[in-house]
Amino acid sequence: MFLLLRLTPGDPAAILAGDAATGEQIAKIRAELGLDRPLVVQFGIWIAKVLSGDLGQSFYFRIDVATLIAQRLEPTFALATLTILIAVLVSVPLGALSAWRFGGWLDRALMGFSVLGFSVPVFVLAYLLIWLVSLKLGWLPVQGYVRIADDPLLFLKHLILPSLTLSVIYIALIARVTRASVLEALGEDYIRTARAKGLSELRVLVRHALPNAAVPIATVIGIGVAILIGGVVVTESVYAIPGLGRLTVDAVLARDFPTIQGVILFFSAIYVLINLLIDISYVFLDPRIRY
Amino acid sequence: MLRKIVIAALLAGFAYTAAAQEKVLRVVPHSNLNILDPIWTTAYMARNHGYMVYDTLFGTDEKNRIQPQMVEKWSESPDHRLWTFTLRSGLAFHDGAPVTGEDVVASLERWGKRDSMGQKLMTFVDRMDAPSPNTFRIFLREACGFVLEALGKPSSNVPFIMPKRIAQTPADKQIDDATGSGPYVFAKEQFKPGDKAVYLKNTKYVPRKEAPSGTAGGKQVFVDRIEWNLALRDAQSQVNALVNGEIDILEQPAFESYAPLKADKNIQVVNSNPLGFQYMGRFNHLHPPFDNPKVRQAALAAFQQEPFLRAQIGDKEIYRSCASMFTCGTPYGSAKGSDVQSKSSVKKAQELLKASGYDGTPVVLMKPTDLASIGKLPDVAAQLLRQAGFKVDLQAMDWNTLVGRRAKKDAPAAGGWNMFFTAWVAPDIWNPLTNPAVGALGEKSWFGWPSDPAMERLRDDFARATDDAKKKALAEQIQARAFEIGTHAPLGEYINPLAARRNITGFVTGPGNLYWNIKKN
Repeated sequence: MFLLLRLTPGDPAAILAGDAATGEQIAKIRAELGLDRPLVVQFGIWIAKVLSGDLGQSFYFRIDVATLIAQRLEPTFALATLTILIAVLVSVPLGALSAWRFGGWLDRALMGFSVLGFSVPVFVLAYLLIWLVSLKLGWLPVQGYVRIADDPLLFLKHLILPSLTLSVIYIALIARVTRASVLEALGEDYIRTARAKGLSELRVLVRHALPNAAVPIATVIGIGVAILIGGVVVTESVYAIPGLGRLTVDAVLARDFPTIQGVILFFSAIYVLINLLIDISYVFLDPRIRY
Repeated sequence: MLRKIVIAALLAGFAYTAAAQEKVLRVVPHSNLNILDPIWTTAYMARNHGYMVYDTLFGTDEKNRIQPQMVEKWSESPDHRLWTFTLRSGLAFHDGAPVTGEDVVASLERWGKRDSMGQKLMTFVDRMDAPSPNTFRIFLREACGFVLEALGKPSSNVPFIMPKRIAQTPADKQIDDATGSGPYVFAKEQFKPGDKAVYLKNTKYVPRKEAPSGTAGGKQVFVDRIEWNLALRDAQSQVNALVNGEIDILEQPAFESYAPLKADKNIQVVNSNPLGFQYMGRFNHLHPPFDNPKVRQAALAAFQQEPFLRAQIGDKEIYRSCASMFTCGTPYGSAKGSDVQSKSSVKKAQELLKASGYDGTPVVLMKPTDLASIGKLPDVAAQLLRQAGFKVDLQAMDWNTLVGRRAKKDAPAAGGWNMFFTAWVAPDIWNPLTNPAVGALGEKSWFGWPSDPAMERLRDDFARATDDAKKKALAEQIQARAFEIGTHAPLGEYINPLAARRNITGFVTGPGNLYWNIKKN
């Protein structure tokens, strides 16, 4: 990544200098940023800093990369959490219902919605929701983010539309996985036994089918969270949420190498952590799994 | 106990009422604010930030005349070599310290190392001093005719006045402390890059008595706080937020947004920068085919302005053709020498190209894909050049790649370029000394690096001239020479009015968006 960034066309010094800067001024800035040194030296300096817990300073924003990430973490984390919450609350029951009524009109309707959820681009859905909910009905704000500590109600109001927008694709994804897993579980012997014992269909579904279908569902939810942390660029742009997605885009456009490197390192750590949590969750979801 | 509760409730109510009455102006600026040093960079966002927190010695009024701002009075010796300035009383920095001549001298010294006009001025300056706390002097080696024009320069880099302790920062290092003496105080602790920047009313600021005019006159502040929304970058969301009343001012709507904005009864479109911007195509003088002046002339002849403006902007109300390189409607605006472009045609361009000995070398045009305000210019240029007989290699890239690449002096085949396009705000190009495109100092010039000793002699003569008529005549000669050697191609002018809610009044015209005198009713 370090090398790739430096092989990409574009010069952070020229971007910082402004439109009327001379070549001499740009060269001075390049030297000030340490970009005139050999790549090996630049890499050595960066890696030594990272090992001592210092992600460096942003070329573009001129503050510590760790501080930048910390500033942008809350909005992205809040958006991802609410999105996954909505997605899980809607998609798991939908997927289970679909499997329960396999082949019926409900199943077809839900799977049709699922295909639609995958197909509609996020920005189209975002603009449609803004037009309807904010501009026509006036229920929710068009854009912005309010910290939960400043005003919990406004915090929620600002996050509902972006979360709804983002959750549609995850509802589609999780619902399909849930449907497939529950369908598989419903064909197992213990389901037949449960029905033979005279249990209600609801109890069979909730108490026996769903828990046994939980491992793939947990996997896809976990992956969804990981993707969400770093993949909310479009939603953050349309709704003006100052999160990590926007930070990544700004940093890439400005060739802000320390920030890009820091953010990628952070995302990698998040992916590793989430995968670890998913693996740990398997033990609780399926007692047969032991590491 | 009850009494305590009542008092607490009253206090809370009072605090709530006070907060509710605070007038907050919510603005979406034209770009992101990342650099807070308006001397270190020429970026317009840093300049606009500068106008919020710093004051200037002189300003430029709406009629482009230099007017005193921090200066109370000044005098010039008969030989034009000694300039003495007295600061007006009551000037103070945000930290309470008075503004002194020493602060001014330190600020000018730093500005003189970065700004092109400042650097030119410093070639004439022998020394500067501050004989008393409210006085400073400039001693010149020889007379020059642009001392006040330089000190009242309205656009990047503006000679903003900072405390001496900050102005002593080396010119190639960015400052961190935004302490100024301007009408607003920068709330540094509330600044979140990429999210928001907050400016609070400087309650101790003493404005001039005159009415505001451009960057001159009284800087009255009628709002308590201005918030720049730096997170709202999506063009459609900006319009939605303005229509929904979530923001008060949108500095630079996309051209295609004007029709729906004008149709909304709650929105006004305000032309606060009537001189606007000029489009420019820049030739690279180092490499074929544009190292040949005859080929540059052929390209100039191909570049009729109307197709560029029609394709890029579309709305005739906000663009105009302009034969001048120094902005039409300003003191040095003239059509002198422009016939090669303004009275030409494709046929003429074909003839000139044939006569130039052009060998079919492809012209590498750089096209920015992410900058809507100039993104169509290279497409039009490519078509016009092809019609004239050029071979064209149109290369798409993001703006910041272009910015990095244009600084390269390599041949186009080795990662260099032949031509790029940009736009300038009027005050940056309205004068032969500020206009970077007419500089012809070779490799020390602005990207494109033209070299022409005759042009530099003319610019030196302009710098020395103290008579307005002579300066005007020299500016015309400089422009004629620029067309003759084909420094660049002016491609027409346009305005980009701001959009605001109807309850916002008191807009001041200027090179950027100025936030004094503005009221939120």
